[in-house]
Amino acid sequence: MSSRRSRSRQTGSTSRISDDQITDLVSKLHQLLPEIRNAHSDKVSSAKVLQETCNYIRSLHREVDDLSERLSELLATTDNAQAAIIRTLLMQ
Amino acid sequence: MNKYNPPRMNPSSLRSRFATRFLRSLSEINAQKPTASSSSPTEIFRRYRRIKVAADKSMAYSVRSRRTWSRAMLWKLRTRPCGRRSVKTSTIVRKTRHEKQNKNTTTATTTGEDGVVSGVEADELRELVPGGEAMDLYNLLDETAHYIKCLTTQVQVMKKIADFYSP
Repeated sequence: MSSRRSRSRQTGSTSRISDDQITDLVSKLHQLLPEIRNAHSDKVSSAKVLQETCNYIRSLHREVDDLSERLSELLATTDNAQAAIIRTLLMQ
Repeated sequence: MNKYNPPRMNPSSLRSRFATRFLRSLSEINAQKPTASSSSPTEIFRRYRRIKVAADKSMAYSVRSRRTWSRAMLWKLRTRPCGRRSVKTSTIVRKTRHEKQNKNTTTATTTGEDGVVSGVEADELRELVPGGEAMDLYNLLDETAHYIKCLTTQVQVMKKIADFYSP
């Protein structure tokens, strides 16, 4: 069983992935989420963190969609010169 | 004459790499528009699709092959325009069938101090992160963290551009 698991890992080491590493990663994810940290932030369950992560990714996807739509509508009314201006401003 | 000096950006940061690529794609999309019907709903929708693809593509190219999710997204984008959906799904099915054996060992209850990592949420996450179907739990969490970081960068840059364009 451990050999099957090590084959699926990309680092190629044969050690088992410890639960501590998993919980470390889960807490790292928890830090990235924009929720208001409550007093029990250390004890949030992994399942909850994963759930919140899924919701957050979905909301980010929705934001990208909305912004793309907004940009599409805005492009209908502007000309090419402004794109060049923005590019030069941002590339400095 | 007062010259406005914008704050210096790190040219090799993810944000500037993405912004440069995305702006380039935007000006290409802008140049392609037919001036007569550029405000019709269908044109707006078509452009919206193209902008969305350009944003995802720009982000994936900015990350290159350094990450599994970006590799998966680049692959998805390459097979997408040709419309050869059948090729993509058959390969993914082959992959997931091979990985399903591993999946059962890794998504079954992993008990940590803070509770049980259930397989259901991990599966949901796999659907959201590109390339997630073929990853074990450890890599999935790692890739998710990087993916979220890149998505927030993408949203920030797009928001700035949209604010710049709006009257």
